[in-house]
Amino acid sequence: MNAQLPTPNSQDGRARLNSLGVARWALGIVLAGLGVVAVLAQAPQTPPPAAPTPQQPSEIQLVISGEPGTPPRYAVPDFVALSPDAADIAKTLGQVLWDDLNFEREFYMIPRDTYSTIPAARTPEAMPFAAWRELGADAVVFGTVQKTDANNVRVQVRLFNVRSRQSVFAKEYTGSATTPRLYAHTVSDEIHQQQRALRGVARTKLTFASDRNREKVAGPVQNRDVKEVYIVDYDGENSRRVTTNRQLNITPVWAPDARGIAYTSYRRGYPDIFIALIYQGLQETPTNGVGQNWLPIFSPDGTRICFTSNRDGNPELYVMNRDGSNVRRVTNNPAIDTTPTWSPNGTQIAFTSDRAGTPQIYVVGVDGLNLRRITTAESYADRPTWAPAPFNEIAFAARTGPGYDIKVFDLASGDTRQITFGEGSNESPAFSPNGRHLAFASTRAGRGVQIYTMGRDGKNVRQVTRDGNNYTPSWSN
Amino acid sequence: MRRAILVLMLIVAVVGACAKKKPAPVASAAPPPAAAAPAPAPTPPPPRPVERVEESIPVPAISEDGIGNRSLEDLNRDSPFRPAFFGLDSSELDDAGRAVVSGNADIMKKYPTWAVTIEGHCDERGTAEYNLALGERRAVAVKAYLVALGVAPDRLRTVSYGKEFPFDMGHTESAWSKNRRAHFVITSK
Repeated sequence: MNAQLPTPNSQDGRARLNSLGVARWALGIVLAGLGVVAVLAQAPQTPPPAAPTPQQPSEIQLVISGEPGTPPRYAVPDFVALSPDAADIAKTLGQVLWDDLNFEREFYMIPRDTYSTIPAARTPEAMPFAAWRELGADAVVFGTVQKTDANNVRVQVRLFNVRSRQSVFAKEYTGSATTPRLYAHTVSDEIHQQQRALRGVARTKLTFASDRNREKVAGPVQNRDVKEVYIVDYDGENSRRVTTNRQLNITPVWAPDARGIAYTSYRRGYPDIFIALIYQGLQETPTNGVGQNWLPIFSPDGTRICFTSNRDGNPELYVMNRDGSNVRRVTNNPAIDTTPTWSPNGTQIAFTSDRAGTPQIYVVGVDGLNLRRITTAESYADRPTWAPAPFNEIAFAARTGPGYDIKVFDLASGDTRQITFGEGSNESPAFSPNGRHLAFASTRAGRGVQIYTMGRDGKNVRQVTRDGNNYTPSWSN
Repeated sequence: MRRAILVLMLIVAVVGACAKKKPAPVASAAPPPAAAAPAPAPTPPPPRPVERVEESIPVPAISEDGIGNRSLEDLNRDSPFRPAFFGLDSSELDDAGRAVVSGNADIMKKYPTWAVTIEGHCDERGTAEYNLALGERRAVAVKAYLVALGVAPDRLRTVSYGKEFPFDMGHTESAWSKNRRAHFVITSK
């Protein structure tokens, strides 16, 4: 493996992973076109003296640390446009990468306006390390972008340790020029992975139901707003509509492969479960009108779906294979049993039941055994959502007054902590795939219901949607 | 001759007496037109009776034909069915709710070909997810009562819309009470 970052002319050692078999989405989403190229993580510009053995690279040196007890301080200046027509992309890349790295709060991100005066280096060799050191940066990103033809770009990124002046991360990407944000998201995830062994969420998406297109349901009753399923990048950009049937389409959830979305649709006049294969433009109907079925949720391995159905006379939980086969009943109680979520290992299901008189959260084995109630101090609790490992937690919405707040139950200790506090009504929590964030629906902005994200401690609340009303988010892997 | 004149004079006298005074039993043929004539004779009144006929026609015979002839869209826009309302977090029909459903059952019996979907709805104070089940239970409760009142179950479907389709978009107690409802939709006739 070449230890040097390939020059733009070099094709050696490149592994083109183009388009991932992802065809164009029938609805017009072009996610493909990003070619991830040549991983050259260890690419020291000035080779460490007397270290010729590549057999045992010192991984410790790759991690950039800050002053003792403080997070490392990162700077992400604008990328350098190596061709004049790439100037806009260069600006986007720098800003988006800064935002992405800031989202996980693993690094202290130095505000970008404080280093606008530091001259941009055209080449890695020209990096003004003294100026970056003076700013207090521990790490600085050097990136370039070049249009290779009308539709394609080449993006090169290095991460420098300002003290050692060594490049600890160097990658090159080629692909479509229409998705510049995706390059920044990819770089952010890879930096988090390399520097923090952390699975970032920069390439994840949210799906939710929205009435933003302001259409009315066609049917015998007038003046009812259509809800359709939408997806959006985790940061609120790149919004796309998934369903187009002008009926009620609600409670969408991602399949673990992030290529399918199961949801509840009333397109046949009653609630039933549909799966949209968003990159193929195909639709699956696993329940297919056996009773009425709603609130689907995929098992963590994606092979099964748990859902609510009234097929036996009242709302109960069922589990089926993803293709609709092998339906098995999980709950059996004359009360309402609904709103399921899977444990990360797929063996248990948390759900809502009013069998004790009010809606409360329970946990039961997928086999229907070992039922136990976990909320005892709430007047009303719903939408349990099980955190991914290593967090052994279940978040839910609890009635705290006129509205709801998000609370988190710790399964080990039995303690419950509250993470929203009456700013509007806050419902429908959904964990990010790394468990460090939650998406939720809130009325806090005063303009309808909107999707927000926040840290698992309730801090760093960010508004994701602004158009129409938006409900029941789910966060993709 | 003298006798004929006497008879003629008598007739004239009788007719004259009738015209001036109360009807005499002899002239029984004349009075009826005299009594009926005063109302229809003047020209202005005719429009009034026409208006009255349209306004005050709560007579079942005619309105039944009107409903039976209306399209599904018109029927549902101005429905003969009334919604039944529920208490907060409740799917139990109270006395008022039972009275409404009972009235709706009478209409269903009057139009035995109609099929009806009972929609269960909730107010925004419940969560979106749980409300889907609560609305289902409200619709099922109404269906059960209709069946108990003698409506054939195969004419009835239920569907829950949770809090997705509020009747009143407001955020007040008044709006919420209107939104916790079972709404009747005629799906075929």
